[in-house]
Amino acid sequence: MEKQLLDKSVIESGEMVLNMGPQHPSTHGVLRLKIHTDGEIVSKIEPIIGYLHRCFEKHCESLPYEQIVPFTDRCDYLASMHMDHAFSITVEKLMDIELPARVEYIRVIVAELQRIASHLIAVGTFGLDVGAITPFTWTLRDRERILDLFETLCGARLLYNYIWPGGLSHDLPPLFIEHTKEFINYFEPKISELNQVLTTNKIFIERSADVGVLPGDVAINYGVTGPSLRGSGINFDLRKNEPYSIYEKFDFEIPVGKGDMGTVGDCWDRYNVRVLEMQESINILRQACSQIPDGDVHEALPKKIRPKIGEVYGRYESARGDVGFYIISNGKNIPLRVKMRSPAFCNLSVLNEISEGWMISDIIANLGSLDIVLGEIDR
Amino acid sequence: MISTVDSLLDAFSYLKIPSETLLTIIIVTSGIIIFTIMAVNTLFAVYFERKVSAFMQDRLGPMEVGIFGFKGGKKFWGGIGQIIADGIKLLTKEDILPNNADKVLMILAPFIIFSGALLTFIGIPLSQNLVVSDFNIGIFYIISMSSVGVIGIILAGWSSNNKWSLYGSMRAAAQIISYEIPIALSLLLVVLVVGSLHLGEIVQWQADNRWFILHSPFSFLAFFIYYISTVAETNRTPFDIPEAESELVAGWMTEYSGFRWSLFFLSEYANILIVSIVASIVFLGGWLSPLHIINVFPESWQLLDGPVLGLFWLFFKAVLLIFVMMWFRWTFPRLRVDQLMYLCWKVFIPFALANLFFVSLWELILK
Repeated sequence: MEKQLLDKSVIESGEMVLNMGPQHPSTHGVLRLKIHTDGEIVSKIEPIIGYLHRCFEKHCESLPYEQIVPFTDRCDYLASMHMDHAFSITVEKLMDIELPARVEYIRVIVAELQRIASHLIAVGTFGLDVGAITPFTWTLRDRERILDLFETLCGARLLYNYIWPGGLSHDLPPLFIEHTKEFINYFEPKISELNQVLTTNKIFIERSADVGVLPGDVAINYGVTGPSLRGSGINFDLRKNEPYSIYEKFDFEIPVGKGDMGTVGDCWDRYNVRVLEMQESINILRQACSQIPDGDVHEALPKKIRPKIGEVYGRYESARGDVGFYIISNGKNIPLRVKMRSPAFCNLSVLNEISEGWMISDIIANLGSLDIVLGEIDR
Repeated sequence: MISTVDSLLDAFSYLKIPSETLLTIIIVTSGIIIFTIMAVNTLFAVYFERKVSAFMQDRLGPMEVGIFGFKGGKKFWGGIGQIIADGIKLLTKEDILPNNADKVLMILAPFIIFSGALLTFIGIPLSQNLVVSDFNIGIFYIISMSSVGVIGIILAGWSSNNKWSLYGSMRAAAQIISYEIPIALSLLLVVLVVGSLHLGEIVQWQADNRWFILHSPFSFLAFFIYYISTVAETNRTPFDIPEAESELVAGWMTEYSGFRWSLFFLSEYANILIVSIVASIVFLGGWLSPLHIINVFPESWQLLDGPVLGLFWLFFKAVLLIFVMMWFRWTFPRLRVDQLMYLCWKVFIPFALANLFFVSLWELILK
């Protein structure tokens, strides 16, 4: 580029467009944000997605149902179990499969462990986004325990391919329930440790309370779901409102944001809902671990998945929100069409709404509090 | 107090060397010694920081790299060779200058920052009679020299031709310039009580009376204002907004790599050492032993004083303060720009000004 001397007539003050990502430490993956700024103040954000697009839905049209599960794994790579579970219950709904009780219990146990693991990442990276590094390593340390459990379960630490339509790939390994109980007893005090160092930290509250307020009606209009919606004070959780699997058997609360430190629906509320949800997941795990029956997990596993002609929509409360799978079957072993409703995609769409007029630092906090996973957004 | 340069000039005056040549040799030598102190300080501070952060985060930190026959592993010496490996890595890294950068300014900027830190060291006494040049305006010199670096930061941010760097440097400039005011005001309090800008005399005053931090409630407060402001001045968490890695990638250093970047690093840790040493000298009795806190045993404390032990005490106090800074860094989240400015202009400066007023009254009444 040629160097030009500064021409006074072309100097103008105005908005600067700042390109954040796809390579940026805190866009939680390969998200690109076009930020219109006036100094530090942000006037508009355009999220640009698609850097991780892997044609998930198109792939599904050429694969048998059994082989789609490894792909759903890779959608939300921080909560693979939830994706598998969501896809499996949708296919089971299409085929009217009745599952043995043991399968349902194991699914709930791994799903709630996965929820804790995913929320640990969300909470830790939110701390990282506002500058606290130590809580992040603590949460990763605890998540490691869950990944170790999953490794004994199915050999994989991130992409499990464990929950299959009609059952599970393996039964639980010996002592898994005992190890899970050990983990729960280890992990429960760690939540209060996290609360001490991060949740109630004065600087953390300054940074997150009253920032990025998402009112409940706006959240509903944008289709925000999951902890981000509950942070706005809306009590909506599919595990309670539209129970799937065996969630109606368990006794647990749905934490919602109350605006303890500021306004209802601010970053702190969204963060705190996740912390409280980890506690609720522990409650569910306690009950599930004590009630789990014996049985054969492969009992209902179909030899060949070949649903009758028809279509189905299955909903599932994943760690990020309301995952939906819409499957059209034409009677073959390959689905005609699979559409996935991605909760993080809808949650991301609200970013511009809640970030307008805040500073660049707050954009990072807002983005972190929405807890997006780009694998799921881009699919 | 006699400066090292003067005493060396006297010591070597019997040699038949022209005095100008001798002076040049001595000045160059002391420059090299200061540079060595800075480099060694950086190496050890980085290792210290990595270990401190590791222990706070339930990790082990560097454990593998051994040195001089000490193998890495779960021994005390675990990973001590990392400091050498880090240095070699930095110096052999590819040196990148972006195409559209203003190359002259970009090359110049690290040296400006570095010379700011280097020049500050000239006026800092490390022990009794161990100072390169003994200024009678010591504190004033140190404050002014440590502000030179901000020019380099602005140049670095501007010349990189990167919006992130620009943001970082603008934030840094605003922050460093703002926080110099509470720093200067709290040091002024000491100057007002002692009646001298000379660091040696300030320590002598503390030897005659007591450590300054315990002199009055106001000097106690002044110490904390000074200390927290220096954390901001050295761009460390919770005030690390200029290089906020989760927001601005690496702030004003984003486009730097290799040796130039290591110069930034060197000056950053040198600045941390400088502010800690100044805090130790001015508020914590400098090279006086801890027995001087309130001066209860006037006879016995002299045993623990002296040039060599003085060096030890000064570094002991400074390292303690550095440790607390690291503790901050690995515990707190980061403040936002406006909150940072609020803290400076609406909390620290009014308190420091009030402090100055009340300490004058205190002195007036008690004397």
